Amino acid sequence: MSAAAPSAQPKLRVKNATKAYNTRSGELVAIDRCSLDVKAGEIVSIVGPSGCGKTTLLWSMSGLHKLSSGEVLLDGKPVNGPNPEIGMVFQDANLLPWRNLDANINFPFEIKGTKPDRAWIDDLLGRVGLSGFGGRFPRELSGGMQQRAALVRALSFKPSVLLMDEPFGALDAFTREEMNQLVEEIWMAAPTTIVLITHSIEEAIFLSDRIVVMSPRPGRVAAVHDVPFARPRSLEIMSTREVFDLTNVIKREIVGEQKSRYVRSSDAPVAQSAV
Amino acid sequence: MSETDAIPEFKRKDAAGSDVGISGGMSALAAGPGIRSLSEVLAIIAVAVVIIGGTELLLNIFAVPHFVLPKPSQIAVALVTDFPLIAPHLGHTLVELFAGFGIGAVVGLILAAVITQFPFAEKIITPYILLLVTTPMLALVPLLILRFGFGYEPRIIAVALASGPMVMINAATGFRRVDSGKIALARSYGASTLQIFWKVRAPMALPMIFVGLMVGSIFGLLTAVGAEMVGGGFGLGNRLTSYSSMIQMPQFFAVVLILSILGILIYVLFFLLGKKFASWEA
Ligand SMILES: Nc1ncnc2c1ncn2[C@@H]1O[C@H](COP(=O)(O)OP(=O)(O)OP(=O)(O)O)[C@@H](O)[C@H]1O
Ligand SMILES: [Mg+2]
Repeated sequence: MSAAAPSAQPKLRVKNATKAYNTRSGELVAIDRCSLDVKAGEIVSIVGPSGCGKTTLLWSMSGLHKLSSGEVLLDGKPVNGPNPEIGMVFQDANLLPWRNLDANINFPFEIKGTKPDRAWIDDLLGRVGLSGFGGRFPRELSGGMQQRAALVRALSFKPSVLLMDEPFGALDAFTREEMNQLVEEIWMAAPTTIVLITHSIEEAIFLSDRIVVMSPRPGRVAAVHDVPFARPRSLEIMSTREVFDLTNVIKREIVGEQKSRYVRSSDAPVAQSAV
Repeated sequence: MSETDAIPEFKRKDAAGSDVGISGGMSALAAGPGIRSLSEVLAIIAVAVVIIGGTELLLNIFAVPHFVLPKPSQIAVALVTDFPLIAPHLGHTLVELFAGFGIGAVVGLILAAVITQFPFAEKIITPYILLLVTTPMLALVPLLILRFGFGYEPRIIAVALASGPMVMINAATGFRRVDSGKIALARSYGASTLQIFWKVRAPMALPMIFVGLMVGSIFGLLTAVGAEMVGGGFGLGNRLTSYSSMIQMPQFFAVVLILSILGILIYVLFFLLGKKFASWEA
């Protein structure tokens, strides 16, 4: 995994990222020498056991965390702080409860001091089915609606990279499937580079070009799997033999991590070079 | 979805039918669920009629002299006839309250906002603020009178000292409620410390700020009246001591009634303000 060198410059490159937190009981190494390349327009999922450092890795990519060592490069330039090219969707919807939907979506622009592209935002709101809800407050929206609003907010300023931290983790299976299709649809209309953390292997398979499996803490890249299905993907592929096998391999990797840290890439056909 | 389908702001009810609006912090001060229906209002009025009428009746039956306990009717008459005499004193009390509470609230809010930004300073200062909160500022009034005389000054200072720390301690609790997720959100857009303060911390603290203002102003009223009772020839507190020394009990209770109404008005004011500006915190 660590050997391959991609031909073109990756959109996002994580090089030997190590992050240790200072805690009461001493230093806690959350992620340890993680390396990962994400190509422009690629969708990469990160899966791994709870507490393995997925959020830490994503926050480091976004520049919200300072790495202890290693670096993150966006288009070859180091990311040392919040970057206007990067949009974040947090682990919960993270809407500001004292602002209505419109004001929430306006929030990034207020901070940045830029003007929102109304047409683009209205288009996004339409796509996610939130047109006409602008005056509603977060508590007046369902969990799924809040999550869709968070997605719109993250895409509102047209970032070239979208980082999502278990965006649909709190949703029921049906709503989650709907949201997955929505993400695919939005991606097909305007391909951005997406890194997605998820607990759902199905979600990872449905959405990603590649799936990165992380080891338990300290998190390392344990395996990378290519997902070779063409887009748009129908939900039917989810019941194929290939998906079944891949799911099992990943499951075993996540559950059995303690014993074997480094698992081979899956026997699924390889369409793209692994990192 | 249609316009009519949209739930009007602040008007949503929870399953039990009570107001979702008012904040958790505010509801600590809101006694029970809000009043909803006409029948509830009527019931409350009925209870008042029974209590007032019953008191009137009992005092009549047992022929209690008015200098022990005046009848409600006597109090009402005194309130109406003597109001022109009491009104200037009400004005003085309000001046002391507004000035003292205004100073105390502004200083308290600024201190809370600044201090919560510096955890170390906060640790050092908090015990002293607690001391100010727990010490009855009335105790200082004789000293303040010695220094500042019998005018407004000692009272305004006492009111500020009583309400300021109340405002500060509640506001600080509000500012301390850091939601790291919301702050990270703002930071991810490149927000400055000042932007984070105004756009995240301050709105998040608002419900607790209203609690502080409410408690602080009530404390301010108590202190103003208490200080007026200690010394100086004007103010509602001064009326209380004067009427009781002259055994003018109907007038005495008329002043008490005015003070209760004042307290309720203050409570309702901040309750409504909290409902309007901090109702997002269901
Ligand atoms: N701010 C912090 N200070 C100290 N330790 C932290 C901090 N944030 C995370 N950790 C620790 O780092 C480790 C990784 O946390 P992280 O949130 O990145 O895991 P995760 O993979 O996202 O977990 P989950 O799937 O449950 O969201 C955990 O052991 C956690 O306790
Ligand atoms: Mg996480």
